[in-house]
Amino acid sequence: MEIPYTVEPRPDTGLANGKLGIWLFLASEVMLFGALFSTYILLRVGAVEWPHGELSVKLGAINTVILICSSVTMVVAWAKLKLNDFAKGRVYVLITVLLAAVFLVNKYFEYAEHLEKGEGPWHSTFFAIYYTLTGLHGLHIVGGIIVMLYLAGPGAGLWKRNPEQFANRVEYTGLYWHFVDLVWIFLFPVLYLL
Amino acid sequence: MHSDPEAIRKSIRTYGIIGGLLLVFTAITVAVNQVHLAVPLAITVALIIAATKGSMVASVFMHLSHEKKWIYGALLLTVVFFVVLLFLPLLTVSDTIGTSLHH
Repeated sequence: MEIPYTVEPRPDTGLANGKLGIWLFLASEVMLFGALFSTYILLRVGAVEWPHGELSVKLGAINTVILICSSVTMVVAWAKLKLNDFAKGRVYVLITVLLAAVFLVNKYFEYAEHLEKGEGPWHSTFFAIYYTLTGLHGLHIVGGIIVMLYLAGPGAGLWKRNPEQFANRVEYTGLYWHFVDLVWIFLFPVLYLL
Repeated sequence: MHSDPEAIRKSIRTYGIIGGLLLVFTAITVAVNQVHLAVPLAITVALIIAATKGSMVASVFMHLSHEKKWIYGALLLTVVFFVVLLFLPLLTVSDTIGTSLHH
């Protein structure tokens, strides 16, 4: 059985099902991270004092630059596919994966440095919310890497059968990836600078 | 969504420019942090820059500047619930269950 409206838009919504689906998923993600941001505000406002300068601004800024660059490469990957250039589209997806991996390596070194000093989630309220927020964000990065590797590897066969549907899949993955970037854009000042 | 090849080529240039601007805003965020402003002002400035960067990502990279009304509708509902969620903890202030009526 063929799944309808994977490429052509539904007459009632004017959208392919996947597009509306990914946006509804992102809406649920907004609520997930929103609950944690709300928790952060409550903890910070209720705290007698809040630590400042505990995290490396340099590492945080480098990771911000990495994620911004990865957002650009992801959207360019989709654009290349729309231009019928599969080879370049795949290369840009793989560059995005590489940047995501560098982000995680950076994060590993950051975590390791703090854990060595005994600054785990048990150390203070600040570190508890820091590990919760960045850990959940890191899991989203891992999820993105898995999907992008699938698209660039075993899932790439769809390009030959239905290039438009393949480009749509890259677009939806890109929407997810930009959301992950967007969350980090707020996490960086909130945790590292303020 | 664009399907005209020339429009897509043009949008690739736009993505590059927006990416560059996002990097500039990141540098500004870090630079402002070095100035050591008063905490309320520092929070305001940092969040304004973050909101500007976020709206650039959403409108250009996520193509929200030209989307269908169903997506805008879903996002509007999300914003409403998100604001409620942010202010939900404030309700704990008015929660008197379990506390004595006479102090």
